[in-house]
Parts: sequence; structure tokens; C-alpha cells
Amino acid sequence: MTTATLPGTLSLGLSRGATELREFFRQKENLIFTVSLPALLMLLLGTVYVKEPAAAQMFAASMIGAGIISTSFVGLGMSVVADREDGTLKRLRGTPMPFTSYFIGKIILVFVSSLVEAVLLMVVAVLRFDVELPSTAGKWLTFGWVFALGVISCSLIGVALSSIAKSTRSAAGVLNLPYIVLQFLSGVFIMQMALPESLRTVGSFFPLKWVCQGFRSVFALNDDYAVMEAAGSWELGKIALVLGAWTIVGLVLVSRTFKWSNTSR
Amino acid sequence: MNAIRVRGLQKAYKGHQAVAGVDLDIARGEVFAVLGPNGAGKTTSVEILEGHRDRDAGEVSVLGTDPAKAGREWRAKLGIVLQSATDAANLTVREAVHHYAKYYADPRDPEEVIDLVGLTEKAKSRGGTLSGGQRRRLDVALGIIGRPELMFLDEPTTGFDPEARRQFWNLIKRLAAEGTTILLTTHYLDEAEALADRVAVLAGGRVVAEGTPQTLGGRAHADAAVRWLSDRGYQEIRTSEPTKTIAELSRHGELAELTVTRPSLEDVYLELIA
Ligand SMILES: Nc1ncnc2c1ncn2[C@@H]1O[C@H](COP(=O)(O)OP(=O)(O)O)[C@@H](O)[C@H]1O
Ligand SMILES: [Mg+2]
Repeated sequence: MTTATLPGTLSLGLSRGATELREFFRQKENLIFTVSLPALLMLLLGTVYVKEPAAAQMFAASMIGAGIISTSFVGLGMSVVADREDGTLKRLRGTPMPFTSYFIGKIILVFVSSLVEAVLLMVVAVLRFDVELPSTAGKWLTFGWVFALGVISCSLIGVALSSIAKSTRSAAGVLNLPYIVLQFLSGVFIMQMALPESLRTVGSFFPLKWVCQGFRSVFALNDDYAVMEAAGSWELGKIALVLGAWTIVGLVLVSRTFKWSNTSR
Repeated sequence: MNAIRVRGLQKAYKGHQAVAGVDLDIARGEVFAVLGPNGAGKTTSVEILEGHRDRDAGEVSVLGTDPAKAGREWRAKLGIVLQSATDAANLTVREAVHHYAKYYADPRDPEEVIDLVGLTEKAKSRGGTLSGGQRRRLDVALGIIGRPELMFLDEPTTGFDPEARRQFWNLIKRLAAEGTTILLTTHYLDEAEALADRVAVLAGGRVVAEGTPQTLGGRAHADAAVRWLSDRGYQEIRTSEPTKTIAELSRHGELAELTVTRPSLEDVYLELIA
């Protein structure tokens, strides 16, 4: 009989995170698609779109927003589906590791991969398009909380949606479709002002628009550029509110729908 | 208290009854083999006991707990080797075993476990590069790392070469000698015969026979075949009293190539699942 107590949830979560990162960065497809693709897209599309410094600032901000949704919503969703497909989750379910530790590990993974992705993007933006990085602590603070709330809310929704997909192949569709559509509705590729009202409204229900808007507020050369947003202002309070709401929705969905394997029922 | 007690276990998939009323009692320290053809319901039954699948009906107690309601402390006492897994493809054997050791209060020494399953030479290889047999040994390593009281092994030696199978058997015997209760499924009869204290044959979701490998299906009491070579070729008599038969026969002199055989486990098994 073992009377010793089991290891703590947080320390196991940190250990999961280290293992997740190790596995993630050993896979070339993650390095290419998840981490580098947004920077690559920026390089290609930027050359077409960006004609003046102000536009470069806005486009870089939107691409950072789109990029972290790609690493969190799509990337994390895919990684959970893969864990279900290859039996990682089932094996973990047969050990005393708590679900919360698994989740902490995933959050660590998604924060690190999103950060690497955002830094790469900013490097391209600065070197190729002369983008100016935010210069005040206040702007970086906004960057920080938009980044954190965006990553967490979209990770949760990605994990919740991953329960629908039976395989990594179908998950690619389930996760990429909304992501691509939302990029068009959220002011990443097309300015929101240029969209019909109805599509703008649809876009404003989802996190991507708010994450991008938050980053645009950080990267704008000055606050006059807020007039180009749908509401004519940065709406920072509303950004926090919407992303916070999605975080709660995500948490509820995950706790209700999470499956350890495809055969558990 | 038994390690495992199952009464009237049932499970259907979309109208197909995969497990149709299974009863099992497995004592602590026992090595119990569930034999059965593909599709018999072995994996379904075992995964219900492991807490991996829901059941439709029946009572299940595993180490005194209902798997459907069990928590961390209960899982800490189990060692599970699933029928198929391809996880940890990008971790080395050493990294995986060390990582899983962290989940337990009192794990075995990871390096010792790697050695015990015979993966020392592959310790630096990633899971995804292992051969089928090596991969199974990694599964076993991760199954025993937490010093389980009860081990589940679902077709652990499928795809092993004969030497690997022998090594694996020795490992199981060693775990059993340490007092681990072991439930394994297999469709190799020699495996059940070599390892199990008791065997249940599962077919069509039901236990069709249960006993020791020596007595299964009335094997010990079945008629024996007495065979010998006479001038007219091979002769065979089926009898429930072979000793008496031989005594009578041998009054006429030496019997060439005399053998007495009872149905092999395989004969009994094939009869049972037919
Ligand atoms: N997740 C599942 N969904 C539908 N049918 C299943 C599932 N798992 C098993 N079955 C069916 O249930 C029966 C028993 O399967 P299984 O328990 O895997 O048997 P065994 O392990 O003895 O080969 C088979 O007919 C199989 O096709
Ligand atoms: Mg099976």
C-alpha cells in the first residue's frame, strides 16, 4: 500500500508543459505551419497590401491577431485531436494525472508557441516593412492582456470544437474553416469598413475581430486611426468583455464535452 | 476481498451486443487470462474495468471501487497496457518513462524499468521509430512504472517474435511473484497456459468456460486417447480409464510408440468457441 501523497496538480502541469513543448518543437510541420506561416503570409501579402507606413502598422497588428488564433484555436484544437487519435489522452486517463494538469500543459504549449509566432511576425514586420513597435508601457500592457485573453479564450473554443472531430484529418477542416472565414469578417485581410453591415455584425460575435482590434490599438501610429474601426473607437473595455465571455463559454463547453477517447461512450 | 468482481456486465454498440452478461471474480495476486477470438468482447470488457468505457448494465468492482466513479487514488494503483497506442512518437523511450514516473507517489526507478523491459539499447530512440515489439515493451514500461497493484494487459504480445514473447512472459511472472494481480487478454493458448492461474474463454460477449488451464472445459476428465503401433498400423482407443486399458493391452507384450493424450487446450478452446 502506498501512503505517500500523489504529486501536485500544478507541478504535474508544468512537467506536462515541458513535455508538450519538447514534442511540439520536434515536429517540423508545427515549426512550418503553426509557428512560421503567419510571418510568411505577412511577407507575401504585405508586399501586395502595404503601400504606406500606417497601413503596415495596421496590417502587422491584424496578422499578429490572426496568428495567435492560428496557434491557439487551430493549433491547440489539432493537438488535442491528435492526442485523442494516437492514444495519449487514453494513456493519461489511465494514470493518476489530473485533467487540470493536462490542461495547464496545453496552455503552456499554446502560450509559448503563440509567443514565438508573434515574435517572428514582428521581426518580419520590423525588418521588411519598417513597422514601429509600441513605445509605451501602457501599449505593451494592452498587448499583454489582449494576447493572454485571446490565447486562452480561443484555446478553450478550439479544444471544445476538437471533440466534434473524429480524426486529425476531419479536425483540420472543422477548425480551419471558421478560422479562414473569420479572417475575412474580422478585418484581417479586408478592412471592416469595406464589409456590408451584416457580415460585420457576424464577425463581431467572435473573438478574432476583438483580438485584432486590440492589437491595432497598440500598433496604430496614433489614436486618430480608431476612426477606421467599425465603432470609430478602440473599445478596449468591450474587447475585454467579449474575450472574457468567450473564455467562460469555452470553459463550460470543454467541461461538458471533453472526451478522453473516441470510444469512451 | 477480490481484486475484481463483475456481475452481469453488458455493453452494446448501436444495437450490437458486444458484452452480453459477463461475470468474473479475480483474486488478489492472481494471474487471470481472458481468451477469445477477435470480436469476442475482450477489449470492451477490459476497458470498462479500466474506467475507459461506460457500461450499459452490471455491477463492477475493481480494487473495491466502481471504475465509472473512480478518482486519482484508484488510478494510481492500476497499470494499463492498451491494445494499441502510438503516442509519445516524438519522445525518446527514456524521456517518456521518466515523464510518466512523475505522475506517481512511489514510482519504480525509470532506468531499471527500461532495463527490465529490455529497451536499454533503445533508450535514446523516439517512440515513433520503434518496431512493433519494441513499442509494446515501451507500453509495458509505462504500465509498470507506477508500481501497480493491478495490471491490465490487452493482447500484450501480439506481433512479438518467439524470443521477445519468452522475455515478456518472464517479466509477467516476475511481476506476479511480486504480488501484482494481472488480468491479460490473449488469443495465444500457450501464453494463457504458461502464465495464467485461471482462464476464462470469452465468445460472443459471454464467458463460455472458466477454470485453470489444466481443467478448462472438462479437459482433465475428458476421454483420453491411447495410441500405439501394432503390425496392422497405428491403433487408437478412446477411454475414460487409460491406465486400465493399457494394463489389459500390455498383457500381450510391449506396445510400440505408446502414447496417452487428452485434448490439448487448443482442442478444448476450438470446441468452446465453435
Ligand atoms: N467503439 C466501438 N464502436 C462500435 N463497435 C465496437 C466498438 N468497439 C468494439 N466494437 C465491436 O464490439 C465487438 C467486440 O469488440 P472488442 O471488445 O474489441 O473485441 P476483442 O477485443 O475481443 O477483439 C466487435 O464486434 C467490435 O466490432
Ligand atoms: Mg481486443
